[in-house]
Amino acid sequence: MLYREAGDFKTSYVADSQTFPIKFDRVGYYVLLGFAFLVMPLIINDYWANSIVVPFLIYTIAALGLNILIGYCGQLSLGTGAFMAVGAYGSYKLMTAFPELNIVFVIIIAGFITAGVGVLFGLPSLRIKGFYLAVATLAAQFFLIWLFTRTAWFYNYSPTGMISAPQREVFGFAVTGPRASAVSMYMICLCFLVISAWLARNLTRGSLGRQWMAIRDMDIAAEIIGVNPLMAKLTAFAVSSFFIGISGALLFAVYLGAAEAGEAFGIDKSFLVLFMVIIGGLGSIFGAFAGAFFLIVGPVLLKLLLVNGLGWPTDLAAHLEIMIIGALILVFLILEPHGIAALWRTIKEKLRLWPFPY
Amino acid sequence: MLDTQAASGEDGYITPDGRKIGGVAMEMRNITLRFGGVVAIKDISFDIRWGEIRAIIGPNGAGKSSMLNVISGFYHPQEGEVIYKGFRRPKMRPYQVARTGIARTFQNIALFEGMSVLDNIMTGRLHHMKANLFQQALWWGKASREEDENRAQVEKIIDFLEIQHIRKTPVARLPYGLKKRVELARALAAEPSILLLDEPMAGMNVEEKEDMCRFILDVNDEFGTTTVLIEHDMGVVMDLSDRVVVMDYGKKIGDGTPDDVRNDEEVIKAYLGVAHE
Repeated sequence: MLYREAGDFKTSYVADSQTFPIKFDRVGYYVLLGFAFLVMPLIINDYWANSIVVPFLIYTIAALGLNILIGYCGQLSLGTGAFMAVGAYGSYKLMTAFPELNIVFVIIIAGFITAGVGVLFGLPSLRIKGFYLAVATLAAQFFLIWLFTRTAWFYNYSPTGMISAPQREVFGFAVTGPRASAVSMYMICLCFLVISAWLARNLTRGSLGRQWMAIRDMDIAAEIIGVNPLMAKLTAFAVSSFFIGISGALLFAVYLGAAEAGEAFGIDKSFLVLFMVIIGGLGSIFGAFAGAFFLIVGPVLLKLLLVNGLGWPTDLAAHLEIMIIGALILVFLILEPHGIAALWRTIKEKLRLWPFPY
Repeated sequence: MLDTQAASGEDGYITPDGRKIGGVAMEMRNITLRFGGVVAIKDISFDIRWGEIRAIIGPNGAGKSSMLNVISGFYHPQEGEVIYKGFRRPKMRPYQVARTGIARTFQNIALFEGMSVLDNIMTGRLHHMKANLFQQALWWGKASREEDENRAQVEKIIDFLEIQHIRKTPVARLPYGLKKRVELARALAAEPSILLLDEPMAGMNVEEKEDMCRFILDVNDEFGTTTVLIEHDMGVVMDLSDRVVVMDYGKKIGDGTPDDVRNDEEVIKAYLGVAHE
């Protein structure tokens, strides 16, 4: 009854095309933002930051990026892990080469570098489609990881072959390195996520977003009504890789602290982010959040429930956790093949009319 | 073969219902299109004049759709040239042709199924939106202003075609007749100089056909849009069009006003059918 649009008349096109047309959503969004920025920093502790919140924020950025490429532009990619590695190694090289450069700029520049690499590996998309493109991006995955493990220049000739993030500060708070506190790690990831989501929303609501979706839905018709397929596909690769690069840089610099390309950014990362996008819902900003929440927070919550709640032994819980998550994925995909976002949309449509659907 | 030039001087002509038709907008000169050994279009020439409704008719496989694809730049003819707005058109990609003011609809509806009606029509206004990636990302300056202005234009077309009630509906949920109308709206949104309609009335019931006819005439009347259409319903073609090109087996067998064409021996034999008494 609270959730309705009857009587809420829009008098301008700006008001009509806003992100949250229903007042309840709008209020909810601001409450959530306020909670994330004002309340969470006060209650967050190391355990919650490290096991749930920070990885959730970082992977959501990656899922946002991949969702633009797959969900909005319809270009299948399996190179996410490698593009995250580009962001990570890019930020590492920048941090060590320009120690004075603020970490925020380092991460943004790493994003732009990844965008460039993404465009390069997006070039095959002009000629090949679907699964064949996925295989082509798989080549990027293996090639880039090989490059980062074999070329010593990328890890500054360190004997372990690992890259490790030196301490960097934002406004006097350490955000990377061993002395970074949970709150500062949380805050920098949150800021990057909120801005990324805002940028992604803007890009997908406007002319460029419509070009991407046109290419996704019917590429020949799109070209005939005037979409330049070259530009549309390459911008999708660039924007997508930009976000993925930022998430890779954050994952390495803020969360992991030290990383090795093959281990941290292997093909399993590509699949993890791909599953997030599919389970969350293709072509939806909310879907990126939902998918990352499901696959990052879900297992942890399940473990808490099984071990702390029911008192099961840890090893049994660990195995069951994997099985239950797997089963849940199947259940979700059977119930709603278009992901959690579609489920959410259906619920909202029903809510609008509730309790008098006729 | 009929002589069109008699009916149309360099300065255009006046239709029986009093509309003034302008000079030549596009001229097809000796177009030949081959697919391997198959000749789809064989040495065809005709012109399209500003403001007229030009129909292309012919039996299945006559090469009508291929002709439309040549005009919209999807196929490149092996021989012949397209003179558009007085200049020979170089070989262009379809999206470049679209930018020169040619919009079209498709025989099998080619809407973007995953998008709403509004987004589909807004996609048609692509060329009127110039904000770059960064402006769009920040939704700043030109990006938001353009979105608003173009939305206002799109709303005019939505009003014109009477599809207000489905504005926000995903296209995939619409019935066939409405999809055809949305497709017309998307083509109109581009504010084209030449509008190409590939069987706009295929698969429609009588009522929907009447609606569509009215829209085509209104568009021509209101915006003065030059329209080229392919259609099988002879009643519709004869009523709507100012001049008709008749094709058969890739060749042009007739060209002229609907009355001329209807009485032409060769056309009757090939297409309209001979009356057996």
